[in-house]
This record gives sequence, structure tokens and C-alpha cells, in this order.
Amino acid sequence: MTLIQEIKASMGIYDGAEEGPYGMLAEFPNPGVLLHAAEATREAGYRQFDTHSPFPIHGMDDAMGLGNSKVGYFTFVGGLTGCAGGYLMMWWMSAVDYPLNISGKPFFSLEPSVPIMFELTIVVAAVATVGAMLALNGLPRPYNPLFYSERFSKVTDDRFFLHIAASDEQFDEEETAALLRDLGAEYIEIIYDDEAVEA
Amino acid sequence: MDKRTEHSEGPAEGSENFHERPRLVKGGLSFSDVTELVSYHAERKTPTAWYAAFAVASTGAMMLIAMLAYQVYNGVGVWGNNQPIAWGWPIVNFVFWVGIGHAGTLISAILFLFRQQWRTSINRAAEAMTIFAVMCALIFPTFHVGRVWAIYWTLPIPNQMEMWPQFKSPLLWDVFAVSSYFLVSLVFWYVGMVPDLATFRDRAKGFFRKRILGFLSLGWTGANRHWRNYEKAYLLLAGLATPLVLSVHSVVSFDFAVSILPGWHTTIFPPYFVAGAIFSGFAMVVTLLVIARKIYSLENLITLDHLEKMNIIILVTGTIVGFAYITEFFIAWYSQLEYEQYAFLNRAFGPYAWAYWIMMTCNLISPQLFWFKKLRRSIPVMFGLSILVNIGMWFERFVITITSLHRDFLPSSWGYYTPTMIDVLTFVGTFGLFFTLFLLFLRFIPIVAMAEVKTAMPESDPHYYDAEGDGHAPAAQDDTPYIKPSQGYRNYRGGKQNGDDTPDDGTTNGGT
Repeated sequence: MTLIQEIKASMGIYDGAEEGPYGMLAEFPNPGVLLHAAEATREAGYRQFDTHSPFPIHGMDDAMGLGNSKVGYFTFVGGLTGCAGGYLMMWWMSAVDYPLNISGKPFFSLEPSVPIMFELTIVVAAVATVGAMLALNGLPRPYNPLFYSERFSKVTDDRFFLHIAASDEQFDEEETAALLRDLGAEYIEIIYDDEAVEA
Repeated sequence: MDKRTEHSEGPAEGSENFHERPRLVKGGLSFSDVTELVSYHAERKTPTAWYAAFAVASTGAMMLIAMLAYQVYNGVGVWGNNQPIAWGWPIVNFVFWVGIGHAGTLISAILFLFRQQWRTSINRAAEAMTIFAVMCALIFPTFHVGRVWAIYWTLPIPNQMEMWPQFKSPLLWDVFAVSSYFLVSLVFWYVGMVPDLATFRDRAKGFFRKRILGFLSLGWTGANRHWRNYEKAYLLLAGLATPLVLSVHSVVSFDFAVSILPGWHTTIFPPYFVAGAIFSGFAMVVTLLVIARKIYSLENLITLDHLEKMNIIILVTGTIVGFAYITEFFIAWYSQLEYEQYAFLNRAFGPYAWAYWIMMTCNLISPQLFWFKKLRRSIPVMFGLSILVNIGMWFERFVITITSLHRDFLPSSWGYYTPTMIDVLTFVGTFGLFFTLFLLFLRFIPIVAMAEVKTAMPESDPHYYDAEGDGHAPAAQDDTPYIKPSQGYRNYRGGKQNGDDTPDDGTTNGGT
């Protein structure tokens, strides 16, 4: 698997097979079963799978074997950039580019610069956080083969799904289905990616 | 086994576990019921009452535009502010509206960090209120500069004069603080809304509705890989918004406190302004939600318990504000500075004593009724009180701004401020704008954060199901089709696929 494929898989974007299915979608009755199913799927050796639920499920990151989110690093860098950028901006504008003597005060001093540095720290950190979240999630993603499933439209309401991508090395229509069935899936369907089929 | 640490109301009705907290969502609602309850209001035909309310509100907004146009054409002289009271209603109204906004961020960010799950039912509406209130607030300083077309001089944008803003001025700090606040609140609001917009998208029927919501929901599928980053980002945003909200009203108070005017030049201003902002903001949330929960039948989501908690916050912050009023007097006496003492005695007994005592009655005395549980949980009492609080908080800003200015350093330039009709209509107009935006929000946007409310329900905990056995569901029934291609795909390809002789699961699909 190439690095790009790996990064895309971490966002939940999988390469569909040249022909054949994109993945297998299994519906589970409640978050508890889904959590166990995710754990068992990982233990069975699957890596390219994801769970879908209307709300975040506590403990799912561990069950799926995902580490800590990396969004925080971007926030930190964004905050530093905002703070340092604000400092440099005010210094350059009021002491270098156009020094203006106002009541004999120094052209630039740190104390009155603190409020604006603070505000810029927050703004840049917040924008970096959201940008990083979207980038790490591979969003916006208007096209997703999962949207072909009628039942999947309930995922934002009250249904719980586990999706195993066909690009996973271990994927096998019969065996994967048997595994999901054993784990308590109520309904299993195969998802096709049209682009692959058309091509 | 300490029972006293739990809620005094005891366990939820019919609960076997005495230590269980009362449910936040009442009425035995399931996940799907929550979705239905919230989505229904955005999906049904627009009710006539909404049109009626919108007509009134948008008339107010039109009036605001007319008043501002009149003011721009004629100049700031159409307002009542004049020497010595150069800061009249525009600043009073600005501080009033910014303060209203604070409750939204407090509910969405600070209560999130404190893991107060009851916030989930009200945070969306409260954040909407924040954004709309800040929009109303920004109007006043923007037009108060007199030459609104030059407002961009307040931003560090290269301009034809090759000059930069004066970064040492608290007024400029204000520009940065309030605009940062607006931006971060907007981003926070939108990020919180993405999963709910996806719910709307998945339920959408019409061609345009589907596409617009599809665009706005960014292709959200509730994937756990996404939730992981999403939750982290949400937590970090809450962590960033918390110091931000405390800083915004502190910076607003610097507009006053950094000057050397008796009555303004006090170090108590930042915390006192922040407490006042939270106080007025919660009052506005109560006013709005008491009406909205009734009209939209959300009593099971926004329960009396939620309102009671907000009333407790009103009581606490109101008392802090009242304490600050009294501290100001104490410090004026303690300073032994006669100008400072005069400024405060003049506030309470001078020509503006009427405003001062309205402020005291509404802000310090009236919230004390909330010491009584019965009154805290009474809808008419809290509704009336929340309006009194907002009147009181408007008068607080009036008292601070006007009384400190009207006795200038030279008695020859003393004055008395009276607003003009344009002042009054502009202020009324901002309420028109605020309610116009709020009505649009109620009509088109998920008014309750569905995904977050669901996490606050015990059924969302995977261990809730442990009692049913080992967490594994019973085997699927034999007559359900096991593997079949997805419906949408079949529709897309047209006709039937091989082996597709299994009965349909009831979902109708019109495509061929």
C-alpha cells in the first residue's frame, strides 16, 4: 500500500477494486454491539474498516485501534503563529514602517500589544484547528459510495454501521460476511463504487 | 454509597438504581424521536404564525436600515450624543448586545469543558443568539465612527494614506476582540452543526434542499475516524473560546477602565463586566427558550431542569454584579478621592438617580427571588424576571456611560443627555434584526444539537447494553436477506440485479 493510500485510508477513503465491490456494510442494533464488533474485526486482522454512528461512541477509538488525534499539534502551531505574527505585525507597522510619535510614547512596547496578540493567538489557533480537522478527515467529501445504500441514510439518525473496505487485504465476500454475521450484524449489504464499475 | 452527592430530586421515575442521575431527556424519547422532534420544525410547511412573526421582525430590521441610512446621510448629529456626552446610546447599545452574546459561548464552551451535559439541549440556540447579538453589537461602533465608509481604517489593511492603526488604543483592541469573537463563535457554531446538517441531508426530499444540505454537511457520514478528530477539534475550540469569551468583555471594559475618568477608571471593571455579560446573556437565553420550547414543543428536550439551572446562574451572576456595584461605592469612599466619591454619589442621587435605581432593582434585587425553588421553576416568574434583568443590564451600561460623562471636569460644560427619536428607533431596529435572524434560525437550522443530545442519553453508552448479555445481538432472523447490493446502486443501474428475488424491506424507491 502506498503512503497516499495509507493516508487516505486513515480518512476513511478507500480505493475501490477495479471491478467488484467497494466494501461491505453491516448494520448493528446498538452502540454496545458495534463496539464489540469493531474490536473483534480489528482482532480478526482487518485494518481498513470504519464504524459509522449518529454520535461519537465512547471507547470506539480504542476498540478500532486508533491512536490520539493529531489535531492538537496544528492548534498549537496555529496559536504560536498568531501570537508571534501579531507581535511582529504591530512592531513592524508602528515602529518600522510608519513610526508615529503619539504623546511621546515609545513607538512599540509589549504591554499594550498583549490584548491584540492574545486575540490573534485564539483566532489563528481556532482556524487552524478546524482546518486541520477537515484536512485530517478528508472533508469535504461530497461523493462517497456509501451514500448508495438506502439504509445508510439512517446513520445520522439512530443506526449503527460497520464498513469493511474491499481494499483490505483480508477482504473476502464470503468470509467477511460470515465474520460480521457472527458478530451480530442484523443486515449486510455490498457497496459498489460506480466509478469503478463504469470504467 | 453517598446518596447526597447526587441530585436532590433523587432517581428518575421507575429507576431501580437510586444513584442514577435524573435523565436529561424526558418523555422516554428514543434516538429517532429526538431526530424527528428537531427535524420536524425545519421540514414541515412554514406555519402562518412564523410568517406573522417574521413580518414584524423584518419590519424592525428594515427600520434599522432606514435609520442607519438617515444617520449616514446626515451625520452623527442626528443622535443625542454631544459634548460632554460624546458616548451616548451607541456605546450603551454596543456593550448591551455584546454582553448578551456571552451566554452562548459560556453554554457552548465553558459548560462543555465542565462536562455539563445539560448544555446539549440549549447550546445551539444559545450560540445562534451569540452570533446574532454580536452582529447587532457591531453595527453601533461601526456607524458611530461617523464616516462608516472609512471603517476599514480600524483594520491593519494597507490604505492610500500608508498609515496603520494605533495599536495602543483600547478602542482598537475592541475591534480585534469583538471581530475575533464573532469569527470564532461562527466557526464553533458551524462545526457543531455539521453532524446535524448531515441528518437533515439524509432526510431531505427536495432537489435543492438535498444539494444545499449536501454542500453544507461536507459529506459527513458519522465515521468514527472522523468523530475522533472532530471531537478533539471541538474540545480544543471550546478550550480556545473559553479564554476568548472572558477576554472580550474585559477588553470592552478597557474602553472605559483605561481612561482616567472618575467612574470609569476602576480595576474592578473586567471581572464585573464579564459577570454582567453572562448575567444578561442567560436572561436572554431564558426569554428566548421559554417561548421557543413552548411553540416548538421541545419541553422534553429543554426541560424545566434546564431552565432552573440557567436561573441559578442568573442568581449567582446577578449577585456578583450587585456585589460589584457596592464594591465600587466602597472603593470610592476608601480612596478618599473626592472626585471619585462625587462621581458615585452623583450616580445614586444625582439627575440620573432614576436610571441608577432601575438598575439596582432589576439587577441586584429581582434575581434574589430565585433563591426559592418554586419561583425558579415557574415559567411566568422566570420569563418576567429575565426581561427585567435585560432592562436592568441595559440601564447598567447607561448609568456607567452617561453618568460618568455628564459632569465634565469644568462645571460650565456640564450637561444632561437625552436620546433622539433616531437613537430610539435604531435601537428598536436592532431588535428587529436580531429577531429576524433568530426566526430564520428557527426555521432552517437544527435548533437543538441532535448528535450531542444523543450522547447525553444513557442509551449512547456502549455499556448500557451489557446487561442484555455479552453485548452481542441475537442472530438475525432467517427471512431477512443477507447480502444484496445496495438499493441506491440498484436504482442507479436500473432494473433488477441477478439473484434479487428477495422481498423488499419496505423502503420504496422511485428510480428506474
